[in-house]
Amino acid sequence: MSLELKGVTKRVGAETHIHPTDLTLEHGVFNILLGTTGSGKTTLMQLMAGLERPTEGEVWFDGADVTGMAVQKRNVSMVHQQFINYPNMSVYENIASPLRVARLSKGEITARVERMADLMKLTPMLGRRPVELSGGQQQRCAMARALVKDASLVLLDEPLANLDFKLREELRDELPRLFADRRCVVVYATTEPVEALLFAGNTATLHEGHVAQFGPTGEVYRRPRTITSAQVFSEPPMNTAPIVKEGDTFRLYDGTEWPASAAGATLADGEYVFGIRPHHVTLTPTGAHPVAIEGMVLVSELSGSETVIHFRHRAETWVSQSHGIHAVPVGEVAGLHMDVAQGLYFDRSGERIGF
Amino acid sequence: MNKTVNQKAWFFVLPVLLLVAFNAFIPLMTVVNYSVQETFGDNTFFWAGVIWFQDVLHSERFHAALGRQLTFTFTILAIEIPLGVAIALCMPRRGIWVPVCLVTMALPLLIPWNVVGAIWNIFALPDIGLLGRTLNGLGFDYNFTRQPGDAWFTLIAMDVWHWTSLVVLLAYAGLVSIPDAFYQAARIDGASSWAIFRYIQLPKMKRVLTIAVLLRFMDSFNIYTEPSVLTGGGPGNSTTLLSIDLVKVALGQFDLGPAAAMSLIYFLIILAMSWLFYTLMMRNEDQ
Repeated sequence: MSLELKGVTKRVGAETHIHPTDLTLEHGVFNILLGTTGSGKTTLMQLMAGLERPTEGEVWFDGADVTGMAVQKRNVSMVHQQFINYPNMSVYENIASPLRVARLSKGEITARVERMADLMKLTPMLGRRPVELSGGQQQRCAMARALVKDASLVLLDEPLANLDFKLREELRDELPRLFADRRCVVVYATTEPVEALLFAGNTATLHEGHVAQFGPTGEVYRRPRTITSAQVFSEPPMNTAPIVKEGDTFRLYDGTEWPASAAGATLADGEYVFGIRPHHVTLTPTGAHPVAIEGMVLVSELSGSETVIHFRHRAETWVSQSHGIHAVPVGEVAGLHMDVAQGLYFDRSGERIGF
Repeated sequence: MNKTVNQKAWFFVLPVLLLVAFNAFIPLMTVVNYSVQETFGDNTFFWAGVIWFQDVLHSERFHAALGRQLTFTFTILAIEIPLGVAIALCMPRRGIWVPVCLVTMALPLLIPWNVVGAIWNIFALPDIGLLGRTLNGLGFDYNFTRQPGDAWFTLIAMDVWHWTSLVVLLAYAGLVSIPDAFYQAARIDGASSWAIFRYIQLPKMKRVLTIAVLLRFMDSFNIYTEPSVLTGGGPGNSTTLLSIDLVKVALGQFDLGPAAAMSLIYFLIILAMSWLFYTLMMRNEDQ
């Protein structure tokens, strides 16, 4: 079972919302659409669902062209970022609604709703109406509605974004379990790289209506094809700077040098762009080739058990992320260490150079 | 904790107290004062107890006016609410036609009430009015100044023309506040347009529709200017609504006591029915 987009494009007036896109999404794994707000995740999902018609290109499902097919004939279900439930129906009726439309027998409906309610821990709330539930319960009800009919394509559009931290963690753990014994293509849109890494599966990095890269999540993370793909998959944003390779040394724009043997000895001499993720710029040296740099601290904040420091590095603002809690005074010069073995090298057009 | 005790806060409450006093409480009490007294002029008053209330409640004339009032109000509610919702459903949600539709809809609401009455009076005149002449030209025996049925038809048409827009605007505001995701979810479920209306649009419009019903109820129950200009309560007493009758009693006959008692009963009916509407429509509603 697979969903294929073949050259799918969406234009509205003079604006291009989705540039020509080819994607093949398989069942059995989470397919993650990763990108910032406005990168085209929702539009792409609407095209996959059939809620929008592509301006050009075709959508194939399971070997059949479904481009012009109405959404209600496609056996799709979708969970939105907002909690979408029928306001004046009880939780039971909400979950049962897709089954009623599908004209299942009363006994069958009751059995399936009860099983789904049990799975979603909604059994005590079946008689209540959505407004009487907490946010997390409302979203679980919406998910139950989406999952109760055995859809072959399940689209989850940032379903956890509007939930508070604790509930998000909880549902994040539950989600893969819900799909474990289902045969359906699952697409999950998120703005958070952490979520993509948690669900593994395959990830498509989206930027301004382009799919920058698609592949197994770990692969996309470790070996981004372009600087854009790496940026989308980095939170806080990746640090980038011009770099020059000469003989067997790399020289950063501020003069910091390190031996090319640490990374790309085979690279031709010339100018490149060096990228390093914040958690590879740390207060204490890590990795095989730590290189010291200095910067004036602009912001120092704690994020959980991490210390995030924004510092001025020549004309650029860089971000560093270190384990543990460190007191770093703002306005002073701090010594930091880059683990250059984890650095990424891009040519001047933004393509990553693999070595 | 050191708390500074002073009475300054009262000064902040004072303006609203004064406003409510002069706006509502004092005029109401004046009416209450008249309603329990009898006067023979010369500004001399005698205690009358509750006889005016008894008189009004047992008066055939009051019953007839109340009956006409209820007929009028429920007729226009039965037309304006569904019609307003239907028009709101037909209006575009986005694009250049939105402001055009909204302004067109708002126009009747901007016209002074007595002007509305005058417009319709001339419009419906059987000899020179566009509506009256056309109807007669088509073979209908239409004359709103002589036939009660025609007077009622004109009165209701005028109110529908004047006030349906209010319902449209409120219902439209309710409709545009529904996120697109609801419609998408319904399409994915394969819901029919009737189901979308019944289970998404109507419940989401419930609050604004409650307001619309309340406003239209109160306004139509109080209506005076437009029918007074259009028919003046006639022919005969056939369109004499409560407020028109009240003015006849208070200013025509100068019966201050009975008029005051009638005003209070009138006021209590509106209050009780508004409360009833609100409670009925908001039951099962939380918050």
